[in-house]
Amino acid sequence: MNLYAIAAIYRFEMARTFRTLVQSIISPVISTVLYFIVFGAAIGSGIQTIEGIHYSAFIVPGLIMLTVLMQSVANASFGIYFPKFLGTIYEHLSAPVSFLEIIIGYVGAAATKSFIIGMIILITSSLFVPLNISHPVWMIALLVINCVTFSLLGFIIGILSNNFEQLNLVPMLIITPLVFLGGSFYALEMLPSFWQTVTLFNPVMYLISVFRWAFFDVADVPVFHSFLATLVFSITCTTIIYWIFKTGYKLKN
Amino acid sequence: MPIISISNLSKSFSDGTNALDDVNLEVNEGEIIALLGPNGAGKTTLISAICGLLKYDSGRIKVNGYDTVTEYRRTRKLIGLVPQEIMLEPFETVYDTIRFTRGMFGYPENKELLNNILQKLSLFDKRKQMIKELSGGMKRRVMIAKALSHSPKILFLDEPTAGVDVELRRDMWNVVGSLKSKGVTIVLTTHYIEEAEMMADRIALLNKGQIIFVENKESLMARMGKKELTINFQSPISSIPEALSKYKLALSQDQFSLIYSYDNKASRTGITRLMRDIASTNLILQDLKTSQSSLEDIFVRMIRN
Repeated sequence: MNLYAIAAIYRFEMARTFRTLVQSIISPVISTVLYFIVFGAAIGSGIQTIEGIHYSAFIVPGLIMLTVLMQSVANASFGIYFPKFLGTIYEHLSAPVSFLEIIIGYVGAAATKSFIIGMIILITSSLFVPLNISHPVWMIALLVINCVTFSLLGFIIGILSNNFEQLNLVPMLIITPLVFLGGSFYALEMLPSFWQTVTLFNPVMYLISVFRWAFFDVADVPVFHSFLATLVFSITCTTIIYWIFKTGYKLKN
Repeated sequence: MPIISISNLSKSFSDGTNALDDVNLEVNEGEIIALLGPNGAGKTTLISAICGLLKYDSGRIKVNGYDTVTEYRRTRKLIGLVPQEIMLEPFETVYDTIRFTRGMFGYPENKELLNNILQKLSLFDKRKQMIKELSGGMKRRVMIAKALSHSPKILFLDEPTAGVDVELRRDMWNVVGSLKSKGVTIVLTTHYIEEAEMMADRIALLNKGQIIFVENKESLMARMGKKELTINFQSPISSIPEALSKYKLALSQDQFSLIYSYDNKASRTGITRLMRDIASTNLILQDLKTSQSSLEDIFVRMIRN
C-alpha cells in the first residue's frame, strides 16, 4: 500500500481546511447554534419533553447529524471535484496509487473534518443543555461511521459532477430534505401514521434514530435495523466508487 | 531491452476520432526521443496512454519490462510527466505542491532533494509563495519541478517550452541536458523543430494517429536533408548554359543564381568539375554559399507528402 500517497492527499486536504477555517469549521458551528436557538429555545419552549427527554436535548443528535452529513458530503465532493476542475487529477491518475488509497486519503480527510465539526457541535450544545450520553462509545463509533459513509457519498457526487451547480444539487435537493424529514427535530410517533410509514423509507431516519439511541437509549426503530441500513449504505457507496475507478467513468477518456 | 515498448496500440474516442492507430514504438534507455507531428497527430494521446491518463482500446505498453495496466505501480513510479497545460492548485505553496507529488509517488519528504530541484529551476526563492502569485513561466517551472520530485527514470515533456520566454527555454534545455547525462530517458513533444533538432537522439513522426517513421536524427538528416550550393553571378542569366546542362542545377527566381543540389557524403560531389565548367563559360561569379535543409524542412516535406 502507498502510505505516502494517502498521507499526501490527507495532509493536502486537511491543509485546505485550516486555510479556509471560517468556511470549514466556524460557519457550520454558527449555523448549528442558530438552529439550537430557534428549535431548542423558541419552538422547544412549547414542546417541553419527548419520551421523557427535554426537547432542547432531544434535538442535539439530530442537529449533529444534520451538520455532519452535510459537511461530509460537501467536503468529500469538493475535495475530489476541485482536482478535476483544475486538471490536477492527472497526478492521481499517473501516480502509483490505487483507487482504495485515493479514497482513504480523500474520504479520511473529509470524515476527519466532519468528525471534528460534530464534536465541536456536541461541546457547543452541552453549553446550552445538560447531556448525559448513555452509550458514549457507540455514539463516537456511529459518528465516525456516518462521517465516513457520507464522505463516500460525497466522493461519488464529486466524481460525477460536471460543474459546481451539480456539486451543490444533491446536498441541497436530497440530503437536506432527508435529514429534516428523518426525525432530526421530532420523534417518529409525532407524525400521522401515513407519514410514519413514508418515513420508514428514508434511510437517514435510521441513522438519526440509532444516533439518538446512543445518546438517550431511545430509538424510533429497532437499533438492529439502523445498523443494517448503515451497512447497506456504506457497501453501496463503496461498490459504486470501485466501479468508477475500475471503468474510469468520468475520470479517464 | 527498450525501456518503453509499445505494440499495436490503438485508441479511438467516442466522437469517432482515431487518435492512435496500431502504433508500435520502442524507446531506448537514456535516449531523448522527440515525437513530432501536426496538431491532432496523436502525440499527447500516446503520452497519456503510457502514463495511465486514458484507457486504450487495444495493444500493449511495457515500461522497463512491466505492463502499464497490470503492473502500474512499478511502471508509474519510473515516470515523470510534464503535461502540456499548466495544471496546479492555486492556493498551495510551491514547496508543498512538489512535496505532494513526491508523496503521491510513494516517497517520504526529502527536503534536500526538493530544495535542490527548486534551486536548479530558479524557484528556491519562491518556495513559500502560493502558486497563484507566480507568473506563467514560473508555473511552468513548477510543473517540471513536480515531475522531477520523485527522481523519475523516464521523463515525458509534452510541449514544455510552448509559450515560454527565451531564458526559461534555455534553462529547460539545460535541465534536460543534465538529466540526460544522468541516464534519464526523455520523451519530448514539441512544435519547435529546432528544439528537437538540437536535443533529440531520435525522431518519431506521427500523423493521423500513425507513426510515419522513427529514425536516428543524424541518419534522418543525412537521408532526407539536402545540401545545396548557391552560385551568385554578377549579371542575370536567362537560362542554364548548354555547358552546364549535365548538372542538377536550378535557376533562382531572380535569375542571378544557380542552385546545385549534391550529396556531401559522396566521394565525388561534382563541385570541382562544376566550377571548372562555369569558368569555361562567360559567367562572372559574385558569391558562393552552401546550405543544408533543416529538420523543419524535412518535417514539412514529410507531412505534405
